[in-house]
Amino acid sequence: MSLIAAEDLGVRLGGHEVLSHVDFAIERGEIVTVVGPNGSGKSTFLRALIGAQPLSSGRITRAPGLRIGYVPQKLHIDPTLPMTVARFLSLPKRRPQADVARALERVAVPHLEGRQMVDLSGGQFQRVLLARALLEAPDLLILDEATQGLDQPGSAAFYRLIEELRQDLGCAVVMVSHELHVVMAASDRVICLNGHVCCQGTPEIVASAPEYRALFGTGTQGALALYRHDHNHSHDADCDHAHHRHEEEA
Amino acid sequence: MSLLDDFLIRAALAGVGVALAAAPMGCFVVWRRMAYFGDATAHAAILGVAMALALDIPVFGGAVAVALAMALTVSTLSGRGYSMDTLLGVLAHSALAFGLVAVSFLTDVRIDLMAYLFGDILAVGRADLGVIWAGAALVVGLLTWRWQALLTATLNPDLAYAGGLDPRREQLILTLALALVVAVAIKVVGVLLIAAMLLIPAAVARPFARTPEQMAMAAAAVAVVSVLGGLWVSLDLDTPAGPSIVCVAAVLFLLSSLFRSVRQGA
Repeated sequence: MSLIAAEDLGVRLGGHEVLSHVDFAIERGEIVTVVGPNGSGKSTFLRALIGAQPLSSGRITRAPGLRIGYVPQKLHIDPTLPMTVARFLSLPKRRPQADVARALERVAVPHLEGRQMVDLSGGQFQRVLLARALLEAPDLLILDEATQGLDQPGSAAFYRLIEELRQDLGCAVVMVSHELHVVMAASDRVICLNGHVCCQGTPEIVASAPEYRALFGTGTQGALALYRHDHNHSHDADCDHAHHRHEEEA
Repeated sequence: MSLLDDFLIRAALAGVGVALAAAPMGCFVVWRRMAYFGDATAHAAILGVAMALALDIPVFGGAVAVALAMALTVSTLSGRGYSMDTLLGVLAHSALAFGLVAVSFLTDVRIDLMAYLFGDILAVGRADLGVIWAGAALVVGLLTWRWQALLTATLNPDLAYAGGLDPRREQLILTLALALVVAVAIKVVGVLLIAAMLLIPAAVARPFARTPEQMAMAAAAVAVVSVLGGLWVSLDLDTPAGPSIVCVAAVLFLLSSLFRSVRQGA
């Protein structure tokens, strides 16, 4: 059974239909990227998956005992709230010091425990958010534009880390991103969202789909090709193929 | 003759009880930017007092009920696209005005309005003391029980949802705790100055804290010092006790701000 599945999902916000007839399912170990223009309902879709967004229609089924690690789009910490990194990582569940240290090491920002959250750089902050999600030992990692504010090498490194984590933990990943070329290279499956699912499949299929080109133009195609060398496999444009790719790598 | 026979001891104990409940609650008020929300809840309490006196029910019960009703009204309306500061301003001052008008109808009850507006800590009796400490214990208990969840929901509601918590429930718990704090603080500082007891100790504590827990503890210490210092000033200079307590807290805030700017300058 899928980790999480949405059937005929619909969301209305203030009388406006943000999402309609969205079907979605993700299996263990899969990386799925959701792309779409601004206002296409990407964040709303993720919020629906974590249970923060009431549905106007359809339903969401979670595997029993599913653990979700969530990395929000941005997290504003009010300057009146003192918060060390270690304390932040112990929310909502208290975590042993050793676990906190290990999680920080895993995301390559060790020894930050005593720092105030508001003093972190953008890259450190995103990695600490990721560390918090990892402490949940998630079956499913959900990231909403997790690399906002990082430069391109920074976000490329961040996505490489996500891919490593998927291999180490065997968790599935759903993420939303604007950085199409970088993200698509790291994904098994891409869903192009614009209120409904326009098209989906392997990065290649989506990038060449007319629906996708209508939304994003053809400009990303070249960049996508550039980034393909990160992967040591070439593909036919075959949707079924994509799901096995990373099992071979692991 | 027991210790509680001394009005000053009773006043000090009442003040300390309120301080211990108001300080951690006040931290949430500061973190969540609910200052005006606290004001509206506190001002509504005067209406509760008037209704309690008219219906001949305990003042504490009336104050809690109306403060809670006000807090719930505000939280419900807040998600509906009203401009929050306008809405709170309207509700806070209307509640106060209706409360004052309601009190004026109570001709057969001799009521010292000033005692409810500015507190009358020196007149705290044994029964009041019991109510204050029971209420304060309830507030501290609630906040301690839900501490982790409240902090998560305060940081970001979506993080709370993802962690299996319902931030709306945590908001409700804070609302209830706020109404209780208001009700226990009326006798000590009065409805007009309750917001000060919530905000000032938390603001004083901020530069000295590295974690939320340290801030809550430091705020409690500041609040207790303010209460005892204010009582002492009030006796020494023959000034009203409630406002004197707030004055001491304000002076501590000034010192804390100086400390902060000196440290940042260094």
